Amino acid sequence: MKIVRFLVVMAIFSLSGCGINTILPDRSEPVKRYADYNVYEKTLANGLKVIVKEDHRAPIMVSQVWYKVGSSYEYDGITGVSHVLEHMMFKGTKKHPPGEFSKIIAENGGQENAFTGQDYTAYFQTMEKRRLPISFELEADRMRNVVLLEEEFKKEIQVVMEERRMRTEDNPHALTHEQFIAAAYVNSPYHWPIIGWMNDLENMTVDDLAQWYRTWYAPNNATVVVVGDVNPDEVFALAQEYFGDLKPSVIPKVKPRKEIKQKGIKRITVKAPAQVPYMIMGYQTPSVVDNAAEWEPYALEVLAAVLDGGISARMEKHLVREQRVAASIGTGYDAFTPRRELLTFSGTPAQGKTVDDLEKAVKEQIKIIQTEPVSDKELERVKAQVAAGKIYEKDSIFYQAMSIGMLETTNLGWQLGEKFLDRINKVSKEQIQAVAKKYLIDDNLTVANLDPQAIDASQPQKSAGGNHGQ
Amino acid sequence: MVNNMMLKKSPLGFLLLLVSFFFVSNVQATPKIQHWVTDNGVRVYFFAAHELPMMDLRIVFDAGAARDSKQKQGVALLTNGMLAEGAGGLDTGAIAERFDSVGASFSNSSHRDMSVLSLRSLTEKKLLDKALDTFKLVLNQPDFPKDAFERERNRLLVGLEAEKQSPRAIATRAFFKALYGNHVYANKTNGTLETVNTITVEDLKAFYKKYFVAKNAVVALVGDLTRQQAEKLVTRVTADLATGAAAPAIPPVPDLSKAVDERIQFPSMQSHILVGQPGIKRGDPDYFPLYVGNHVLGGSGLVSILADEIREKRGLAYSSYSYFSPMREKGPFIMGLQTKNSTVNEALNVLKATLKKFVNEGPPEKAFEATKKNLVGGFALRISSNGKIVENMASIGFYGLPLDYLDKYIANVEAVTLAQVKDAFKRRINVNKLVTVVVGDSSQATAK
Repeated sequence: MKIVRFLVVMAIFSLSGCGINTILPDRSEPVKRYADYNVYEKTLANGLKVIVKEDHRAPIMVSQVWYKVGSSYEYDGITGVSHVLEHMMFKGTKKHPPGEFSKIIAENGGQENAFTGQDYTAYFQTMEKRRLPISFELEADRMRNVVLLEEEFKKEIQVVMEERRMRTEDNPHALTHEQFIAAAYVNSPYHWPIIGWMNDLENMTVDDLAQWYRTWYAPNNATVVVVGDVNPDEVFALAQEYFGDLKPSVIPKVKPRKEIKQKGIKRITVKAPAQVPYMIMGYQTPSVVDNAAEWEPYALEVLAAVLDGGISARMEKHLVREQRVAASIGTGYDAFTPRRELLTFSGTPAQGKTVDDLEKAVKEQIKIIQTEPVSDKELERVKAQVAAGKIYEKDSIFYQAMSIGMLETTNLGWQLGEKFLDRINKVSKEQIQAVAKKYLIDDNLTVANLDPQAIDASQPQKSAGGNHGQ
Repeated sequence: MVNNMMLKKSPLGFLLLLVSFFFVSNVQATPKIQHWVTDNGVRVYFFAAHELPMMDLRIVFDAGAARDSKQKQGVALLTNGMLAEGAGGLDTGAIAERFDSVGASFSNSSHRDMSVLSLRSLTEKKLLDKALDTFKLVLNQPDFPKDAFERERNRLLVGLEAEKQSPRAIATRAFFKALYGNHVYANKTNGTLETVNTITVEDLKAFYKKYFVAKNAVVALVGDLTRQQAEKLVTRVTADLATGAAAPAIPPVPDLSKAVDERIQFPSMQSHILVGQPGIKRGDPDYFPLYVGNHVLGGSGLVSILADEIREKRGLAYSSYSYFSPMREKGPFIMGLQTKNSTVNEALNVLKATLKKFVNEGPPEKAFEATKKNLVGGFALRISSNGKIVENMASIGFYGLPLDYLDKYIANVEAVTLAQVKDAFKRRINVNKLVTVVVGDSSQATAK
C-alpha cells in the first residue's frame, strides 16, 4: 500500500514538475537578524532557506546543504535509496564529470563529506573562508543537475553493500540494534535501517535514484547553513548569485505513518557469531513533536541524564560499580526527533552475569526513579552539565552548523536548540517521576538480546613470500 | 541530542584526524605557543584563547604500552585507567561527581607512546577551582584501591573477549605482532587475556611511581587564561609530582627481514586486509616527502590513488586508505581495506600493485601539485578549535618538535619536490618485504 501511495504522488509530480517558478510570486524575504545568537536567516524567492552564524575565532567556514529527505521518507522495497543517492551525488553533473567535485574541494584545501540520517541528507565543505563561492557553485550545480550514470551506479551500489557489510553484517552489536529497531517500530518508517535492507540494495536501480533525486532535490526542500568567519550579507548575496536561479519543485507531502501505540512487551533474540552477550531495552516515549505535554520530552532528557549522564550517574554507580552486573551500560534519548522516540538502555553484562541479570538491574533502577524523587544534587549536576555543554559546543563550527541544520530540516526550527538549556532548567523532580511512571512500563518495552554463536577460529595459514593467488 | 546513526560517504576524513597530527594554517593564524618548564621539570605549552570562557588541559606522560613488559602487557593502560578510580580517599563516584557537578569533563587514554589525562572546564573561578582540585588529586594521589582494580580488570577482560568477535581487531593484533616481532611496539595496549590476568595492584603502583613524574610529563593548556594564570594553574596541578627522570629511549625498530603473509579464518562477510611495514619516527628527515607522498597515495580520502583504484574504479571497498603513523620510534606504515570475501584476492592484488607502481614511478605530477595545494590551503582547518590546538600542542611537546613547527609547516610542505617523494618512497618502502594480514572467510575467496 505504501508503495502505491508514493508512486501516485510521484506521477503527479513528474507531470507538473517543470516551469512552475514562472507562476510563483516573489517570495524572497528580508533578512531576519537574531543578534543574541549571531544568527541571520533569509529565504530566497525559490524557497531556499539560508542561515548564517558568525564565528570569527578562526579564518575558516563550514558550508552545509541540508535536504528534507532521509530513510524515513522511504517505503518498502527502496529502503536505503536516500543514502545511495547521497553517494551518487559525487558522481558528476552536466558541468562536472564524476569525481571532479571532490578534486576541486581538495585542491582548495577543503574537507568535505556527506551524511544521511532518518530525517535528513546533508553535504558539507569546511574551507578557508574566502572559498565559500567554490562550495556554493558546486552545491548549487548538483542540487539540480546531477547526471546519474548506469555504469557509475553499478560500482557505487557495490560500495554501499560493502559499507553495509562493514557496519552491520559483521558487527554483532549493530546487527542486534538493527533488529531491535525493526521490532520496536512497527509502522513508522524508522522501522528500517538508514543504509537499507541488503535485498533492497541488491534490487535497486538507477531509475529509483533518478526518481528520488527529482522528487526531493530542489531549493525549496533545502536549507543552506554557513557558520564561520563570514559576513552574513555577503553570504546572502553569494547564495542569491549561485542558488537564486534554481527552479523550485512541488514537494510531495509524506504520509505521517505515525507509530501505533504499543500493546505489550516485545522480545527478540539475535543469533550471530560473537563472543560476548549484549542487550538493548527500549521504551516507547514521546519526542517534542508528540501530543505529550511540552515539558515531558525535557523531563525525559533529565531522567536519562540522572540515570546515565557520566560516571557519577546511577547506572554506572549501581550497575557497574556496586552490583557489578554490567561491564558497560549506555542510555539513549533524543527529545528533538521529528517522530516518536525510544528511550534505550544498552549494555554488556559483567563476567559471570547474564543479559537477564542486566535487564533486571536496569528495571530496578527504573523502579527507584519512579518511586523516589531524584536528589537536588543530581538535578543540579545535570543542569550544570547541560549549561557547560552549551559553551563547549561553541568550540566547533561544524557542531554549531550541524545543530542548526538538523533542527531546521526536521521542521523544529534552530531556535529550539537555543531554548534547550532553559527548558532543562525548568524540569522538576515531580516531572521526572511522572514521565518515569507514565512511559517506562513493560507495555512500552522492546528487548533485544544478542545470543552469541560460536566463532570457528581455525589456525592461521602462514606462508613466507608474496604469492596471493589461490 | 545527536544519537541517530549517520552514514558518511567516506570515513577517511575522521581517520585522518586521528592519525595525522599535522595541522595546517596560514601564517597569521598560527597560534603563538608559549613554553616554559616548571621547577620540578614539567614542560609546558600554552596558548591563550579568550573567545570562550573555557579551558582545555592535557597532561601527557611517556608511559604508554611501549613501557610495558611482555609478561605484563596492559599495565600502562590499567595504571592510566585506575587514576580516577580512587584518589586521596575519594572513590570513583565521588571523583566523578566533583567533575560532573561543575560541568567539567575529565577523560583519560593510553596509547603505545603516550599516557594522557585531559580536563575541559569552564573558567568561571568557582567551577574551575573544583575541577582543578579534583584533577590534581587524581594526578598526584591515586589510591589504586584493590576492589576497583578487580572491577576494572574484569571489564578489560570482557573487552578482550569482545575483540574475538571483531575481524578488524583480530587483523590489527596480528598486523602489529608481525610488524614489530619482539620490539615493545608489538605490545598490545589493552594486553591479552593471559597477561591481564597476572597483573596486580602492585604492578600499577610501581609503574605509576616510575613514570608519572615531572620530568616525564608534558602539559598542553589552551583557554581563556593569561600567562600568569596559566603558570599558576599548571603549578597548582603539577607541583607535587616527584621530579623523577624522563623515560629511557625506546630501542630502534628493526627492519623486516622478509615478507610475512598471514591468513586468519573468520566467519565474516568481509575480509579485512592490512598491508604495511615499519614506517617513520617523529622528526624523521624524510617526514615531509613521505607525508606529502602518502597524501597522494592514500591519505586524502576519495581523491587519493588508492580510493580511486579500489573504490571509484572497481567498487571493491567502502574504505581504502594508507597512512604513516609516526611515533617516538618507527610507527607503522599501513594500507588497509575491507571487501567481501569473494573479491579479497582481487582487492589485495590491486592494493599491492598500486603501491608498487607508486614506489617505482612516484606520484603523478598533477596529483602531486593538487595535494600540496590541499595541504597548504587547508592549513587553517586543523587548528581551528581549542580542542584541536591542545591536542596538537601536546604532540609538539611530547615529541620535542620545534616551537616554530607550525610557522614553518607551510614552507616545509611547499618545499617538497616530486623527485624527493619518489626518492623517499624508493628508499623507505620495500615492496618485497611487506607484512600482509587477511582476516575473513577464505572458503569464499576466488582467485583473480
